[in-house]
Amino acid sequence: MSIHIDHISKSYGKVNALDDISIQVDPGELFGLIGPDGAGKTTLFRILTTLLLPDHGSASVAGYDIIADFKAIRKQVGYMPGRFSLYQDLTVEENLRFFATIFGTTIAENYDLIRDIYVQIEPFKNRRAGKLSGGMKQKLALSCALIHKPKVLFLDEPTTGVDPVSRKEFWEMLKRLQAKGITILVSTPYMDEAALCDRIALIQDGRILEIDTPKAIVEHYPKPIFDVGAHNTYLLIEKLNAYVHKHSVFPFGEYIHYTDQRDGFDPLELRAYLKNEGLQNIHIERTKATIEDTFMELAKQ
Amino acid sequence: MKEETVIKVEGLTKVFGDFTAVNKISFHVRKGEIFGFLGANGAGKTTAMKMLIGISSPSSGSANVAGFDVYTQTEDIKKSIGYMSQKFALYDDLTVKENIRFFGGIYGLSKNRISQKSNLLIEELGLEKVAHSLVGSLPLGWKQKIAFSVSLLHDPKIVFLDEPTGGVDPITRRQFWEMIYKAANNGTTIFVTTHYMDEAEYCDRVSIMVDGNIEALDTPKNLKTHFGSDSMNDVFLKLARS
Amino acid sequence: MKRFIGFVQKEFYHIFRDRRSLFILFGMPVAQIMLFGFAITNEINNVDIAILDRSQDASTKEIISKISSSEYFSILQHIKEEAEIEEVFKKGRVKAVLYFEKEFSKKLIKQHTAKVQIVTDATDPNVANTISNYINSILSHYQEEQNRAITQDYQIIPQSRMVYNAELKSVYMFVPGVMTVILMLVSAMMTSISITREKELGTMEILLVSPLNPVQVIIGKVFPYIFLSIINAAAIVILSIFVFHVPVKGSLFLLGLESVLFIVTSLALGILISTISATQQTAMMISLMGLMLPVILLSGFIFPISSMPVPLQVISNIVPAKWFIIIVKGIMLKGVGIHIVWKETLVLLGMTLLFIGLSVRKYKIRLE
Repeated sequence: MSIHIDHISKSYGKVNALDDISIQVDPGELFGLIGPDGAGKTTLFRILTTLLLPDHGSASVAGYDIIADFKAIRKQVGYMPGRFSLYQDLTVEENLRFFATIFGTTIAENYDLIRDIYVQIEPFKNRRAGKLSGGMKQKLALSCALIHKPKVLFLDEPTTGVDPVSRKEFWEMLKRLQAKGITILVSTPYMDEAALCDRIALIQDGRILEIDTPKAIVEHYPKPIFDVGAHNTYLLIEKLNAYVHKHSVFPFGEYIHYTDQRDGFDPLELRAYLKNEGLQNIHIERTKATIEDTFMELAKQ
Repeated sequence: MKEETVIKVEGLTKVFGDFTAVNKISFHVRKGEIFGFLGANGAGKTTAMKMLIGISSPSSGSANVAGFDVYTQTEDIKKSIGYMSQKFALYDDLTVKENIRFFGGIYGLSKNRISQKSNLLIEELGLEKVAHSLVGSLPLGWKQKIAFSVSLLHDPKIVFLDEPTGGVDPITRRQFWEMIYKAANNGTTIFVTTHYMDEAEYCDRVSIMVDGNIEALDTPKNLKTHFGSDSMNDVFLKLARS
Repeated sequence: MKRFIGFVQKEFYHIFRDRRSLFILFGMPVAQIMLFGFAITNEINNVDIAILDRSQDASTKEIISKISSSEYFSILQHIKEEAEIEEVFKKGRVKAVLYFEKEFSKKLIKQHTAKVQIVTDATDPNVANTISNYINSILSHYQEEQNRAITQDYQIIPQSRMVYNAELKSVYMFVPGVMTVILMLVSAMMTSISITREKELGTMEILLVSPLNPVQVIIGKVFPYIFLSIINAAAIVILSIFVFHVPVKGSLFLLGLESVLFIVTSLALGILISTISATQQTAMMISLMGLMLPVILLSGFIFPISSMPVPLQVISNIVPAKWFIIIVKGIMLKGVGIHIVWKETLVLLGMTLLFIGLSVRKYKIRLE
């Protein structure tokens, strides 16, 4: 139940939404497409779910060609588009029952698969979908996408606009689904979620920056990274950016992630420079790169 | 040094029918502060924000924004604040310059002032090439940066930002925050909501709402110490799950 | 089949939970028919007319007295010469002149035909039409009375343009028009909006990525509206019969069949509109501008087609509503059968097949 994507390109007028994309997702894998809005994630999802035709290249899902066997794919996959596409004027239960019916099944038949998720929203089953919170809509949309026991699940930005608690719960659910043998392709603009996937593809402006396991991607980061802090963050950013040897300066939570152009960089030298510029409580410490560091490093090139 | 308070909220409450969306919240925000306003979906953030910007009337309690009362002086509040949200920021079918002119006009800026400001803004953001392009044709990150600048056009005392960086790429997101730092450094107060927990760390102080109440309010550092966590994400999860 | 029922059930939920569209569905027919029936009536009262009687014989005198005794007309003056006609119109009070030819009675008895000219002030064409209608009707009443007494029929030939609505009620003319407008509105606009709503919500994406094929989706969306439109059509006919006493002279069954045909035509148009619009707003605009206006203006509902400029008359042929109005008027008011309206029925049928064909060709199994 794998996904092969072979040199897919798609453009809208002059804009290259996807530029020669190749990805191979193994059966049972939880694969993440990581990139900001406009990177081409949604276009790729629509091509794989047979909603759009690629300009060039080919792809197959669960062994079926996305063009020739589009009907077979439509029976096999579960798809959750961006904006939780639910009928706002139908209740939770009516939405679920409707999607079960059009796939020729019933809620009872596949209840096992969705039980974990659905029990959380079941107390609200008579509430209209439009009146649910973002987290509950997300769970309902996932239940609807799962109700026909799909072999491959496509989730387009399922956690966008959802608070961290719901996001965490959502990823825990995905892990359990994966354990049941479902292949999952999920996209997200949140870099911190990348670590939860088996493998990820970093994507920006329709191009793949890198494909690997989250761990390997972090290890590939070419330079030592330092956490830098001081009493005034704004001044610190300004001074770091003005430093002649700087390679990159990015705020990262409490600290600034700093990399130097030189190979034999001495943190003491930077400390002296910052002190000289009037900064106090200077803190400089070696730290590990994150996926976001790698993404930005690759995107800069 | 006596610090000026620009937002004063005491026991602010909003009730919809038998549902209390915002339950007696109280906090102060100082001038030039970056104040992070966090909370899960449905915790009451948006409702509270709507009361502060004068588009929703509180059920009880008091609040004073930029020196004006949220019950009686909403028009004055609207003149002294800037507002930008993820959902609506600029008109996609107007050019960058037309948007600036339009929003400048709304806030009653003179023609000279608008053209002066818009030239400055375009130069600062390096938008010379796209000044006459439709906003809809620009990448999301650019739009959000322009929208933020536009919300500062009339030199508001406070800017309210509702999830300004949702979906924006990581580099642009940081550039956006550098703009926020800069505005705060110039004395503008920033009131911001976000779902990115690393962004919470950029704030001077952070409040976390759970079910209509403010459950925590402190500097990110103190919050992390208090909850024994190494990140704001962890603080948030601990609070929201308890 | 279970899928289809599930789908249709969902559509009914949508319809019954949206108060606004529910109002359009069921409030509009009643409101419109009442509006046209009571308020915007073309009926006339005490209109001033002039008489130019070249015969001055028994027949003309009787006719004139019938006209002057009716509540609709009062005779303001008698004139002697044709040349005076223009003059009286210019003064403005007289709305019509009745011109009897010479030796009216004699011709009627000997040749069995006599002519009377109804000259109306066409500055207000609606009133003019109505006046000539009313006079026609009085003339035909007189004719019927005379004919009862004798074997050889008399024939008075009124020379005016209006032909039907002999029963003197403007509501008779409006019923077919209102019925057409309502069926068009409900069927075309509501279906196009309900299909584009799924596009806007993003649920169309999920429906496409499901084993339902597009034809099933479309039929599922359209089916409830066929049902509701039939109820609407029935409601209009019932209202017309019991509130306004409009007779249905022809076969109710045939009227029903023709209505179903027109409903399908409108639904096909609605689907066609939904294939070319991305948002509900566009669908609504296209339905209103592209369908409603022609239905009201070019179908013969309000303005008679025969008095339109030739180019508009030609254009009116491609408005499906025109053909349906002819059919309904024929069946309801004239009592004709399919042997008379078969041509119009075929035209409608052809249009329907064309629209369905176009929609199927335009309907995408993918996005874009």
